[in-house]
Amino acid sequence: MFEGIMTGLATAFTFTNIMMVIGGCLIGTFIGMLPGLGPMSIIAIMIPVAITIGDPSTALILLAGVYYGAVFGGSTSSILINAPGVASTVATSFDGYPLARSGQAGKALTVAAISSFAGGSIGAILLMIFAPMLASVALLFHSSEYFALMVVGLSAIAAFAGTGQVAKALLMTFLGLIMATVGEGVLFNMPRFTMGIMDLQSGFGFITLAMAMFALPEAIYLVLDPGRSKTGDGEDGGKITNLRITRQEAKSIAPVIGRQSLQGFFIGVLPGAGATIASFLGYAVERNIAPKEEQEQFGKGAIKGIAAPESANNAACTGSFVPLLTLGIPGSGTTAILLGALIALNVSPGPRLMVDEPQIFWAVIISMYLGNLVLLILNLPLIPYIAKVLAVPRNFLIPFILFFTLMGAYIGQNNATELLLLVGFGICATILRFADYPLAPLLIGFILGPLLENNFSRAMQLYDGMGFIWSRPMTLGLLIFAVILVVLPSYRARRARARAEGVADGD
Amino acid sequence: MTRMNVTRRVMMAATAAALSFGGQAALAADQVVDSIHFLIPGGAGGGWDGTARGTGEALTKAGLVGSASYENMSGGGGGKAIGYLIENADSQHGTMMVNSTPIVIRSLTGVFPQNFRDLTLVAGTIGDYAALVVPADSDIQDLSGLIEAFKADPNGVAVGGGSVPGGMDHLVAAMVMEAAGADPIAMKYVPYDGGGATMAGLLSGEVQAVSTGFSEAVELAKAGEVRIIGVTADERVDAYPDAPTMKEQGNDTSFVNWRGFFAAPGLPEDKLAAYQAALEAMYATPEWSEVRDRNGWVDIHNNGDDFRVFLEGQEQTIGDLMKKLGFL
Repeated sequence: MFEGIMTGLATAFTFTNIMMVIGGCLIGTFIGMLPGLGPMSIIAIMIPVAITIGDPSTALILLAGVYYGAVFGGSTSSILINAPGVASTVATSFDGYPLARSGQAGKALTVAAISSFAGGSIGAILLMIFAPMLASVALLFHSSEYFALMVVGLSAIAAFAGTGQVAKALLMTFLGLIMATVGEGVLFNMPRFTMGIMDLQSGFGFITLAMAMFALPEAIYLVLDPGRSKTGDGEDGGKITNLRITRQEAKSIAPVIGRQSLQGFFIGVLPGAGATIASFLGYAVERNIAPKEEQEQFGKGAIKGIAAPESANNAACTGSFVPLLTLGIPGSGTTAILLGALIALNVSPGPRLMVDEPQIFWAVIISMYLGNLVLLILNLPLIPYIAKVLAVPRNFLIPFILFFTLMGAYIGQNNATELLLLVGFGICATILRFADYPLAPLLIGFILGPLLENNFSRAMQLYDGMGFIWSRPMTLGLLIFAVILVVLPSYRARRARARAEGVADGD
Repeated sequence: MTRMNVTRRVMMAATAAALSFGGQAALAADQVVDSIHFLIPGGAGGGWDGTARGTGEALTKAGLVGSASYENMSGGGGGKAIGYLIENADSQHGTMMVNSTPIVIRSLTGVFPQNFRDLTLVAGTIGDYAALVVPADSDIQDLSGLIEAFKADPNGVAVGGGSVPGGMDHLVAAMVMEAAGADPIAMKYVPYDGGGATMAGLLSGEVQAVSTGFSEAVELAKAGEVRIIGVTADERVDAYPDAPTMKEQGNDTSFVNWRGFFAAPGLPEDKLAAYQAALEAMYATPEWSEVRDRNGWVDIHNNGDDFRVFLEGQEQTIGDLMKKLGFL
């Protein structure tokens, strides 16, 4: 193995390759900040460039740089303007944006950068050690387990169900699940709930809905309530440079990063689960195990709430390379595109890759590590400048947010109907926000809905009914875990309330 | 009907033009068309998108076409772009729309009201065969093994695929069953979200066989993880000659998932001939070989009239089968 690592290192540390990784990271970061362009489309754009290079290792190093750059860029738009362009950074905006709004954008970005780096690096190390062993684990999961895993993911809504919010959060989740059923599903030949409108055939777009739930209401809110955002007035501009995190903060997020890197990596290994569910689960789990006083901070700008999804989604990205490299199965859209690139470069991923072409296998892993490292080195000094976006006076900032929101919804599909949907949903979402309904559960329901439904129907079909719940112990175990995640917080809250009342009685 | 006759004459002219241009292309490609605007009925990054951009890249780099532009117009499973091309036919003479097998399936199921006859057929350019695949360690060795296992216990053999029920992968598996005298309606078809998820389902043992694109199966077959028990080509495919065809196993199934180009109805003959000549000449260029190999495509060229005959045949086969399966 060390021989392989040395070969990989020797390949990676040439002048060309280091320039490639730096270039890739920069391109990825800047394009990734645009809400409409996620890692998948950026890599698709870069593939012809990478293939022209010819040498598989160099090409992969470039693509890995672009990939990690794009993932990091996506977090940046989530944190700064509440516009998550990729499903896996939705959870980052829950705490990242509130923190940025309170004038600590620099800190939020720093925590995100460090967590991403740690998640990606720990992931790469785990990949190095466990890849061959994990190949078989990836195949243990059947549709019924994926269904149960999605149920666990939905239990993340419990994280938003603060006092008295449980019913509202559940309601919004169901609304999201309902919206996910619009269009032609994977399992049904017929379009559902499209009301004969052709543009609804493929359902609502994720980016459209994400912008409508988060970014657009934010912009409208800023207009309606000028006193709300202090950071937009330019006077806090100086404070943004304050990107240091204190020793105490570092100490508090370290275990979070450790746990979520591990958890995220193992979820990422499962083909079809991926970074999104890893980030939601990471967020939910960390909130549930946090001490009570910190729990209240989640959703209001807790740095743990940034560290958890960021380390989890980066570790999961790395984890998704396990089925790709060891079985040749792409577990996500991005790895599917990378698989195409590998094949075009005459590399056939599969069990024989490690034996036949160890230098490529190790070059991929080393390049992932290098991509993460360069990203951290490049971005930490850039953060103050990136964060300055928020120091832009509000009357310039609002059009800026609106522009990127509208562009993001349009750019992927080139379909003007998306813009109408965006504005319509954006207005509805603003009203819901005024009524104090949490919008995140709606988006989580929408994202996980199709996965939940498809896996459920597959399991039903394969077992001719609900039998899979009893005949597959792992499914049952996951479902029980989900119930615990939902029930535990409200049980704790009730007990705390009862105790408080008890004290009052005692007085 | 009159239009069809006109089209036929156009095709002949085009073929003649194509042959002469094809000869020249081997020496130095002359520019055949000034510019082409590619209309892509789906979003960026999909199969249609890749086909249009790859073709445009090869055409422009080889100097056959001066410049290429691209427009993504998703919506309605491709129906929006088709409607747009027909409604604005007069102003869209510079446009070629990419499409593939789903245009046949979706017009049959009524996803959109138009069908390929409402457009000018330029050419089918590339394609992929379909294949039935089992895990390498499966007891099922060949096609007859699968059919026997299915006949013995229809419920115990689930066949996975990357399309909706009634979609391409399902139809191919059903065609094979029917040709073997088994009941395609009794087959348990399990749909997955795309080829990668289908293969994961197969290797996890959840389904016993899958119906998928041949090129998608080849890599895993080379890696020794799966066995291709039948490919829907008429003869063994060079990319992986170890895979037997359906036909050599006595199963009369032949299927090509094609991709090709369409133009607005009423396109002037000279324009059409030029487009067809450019595509024809493209095959001989090194630029095309590079794009094609990078994407793992197979040249399956059906020009003009051949394309229409092919599409009508495919529509007939698929339509009959869908009626039988109860999807129509």
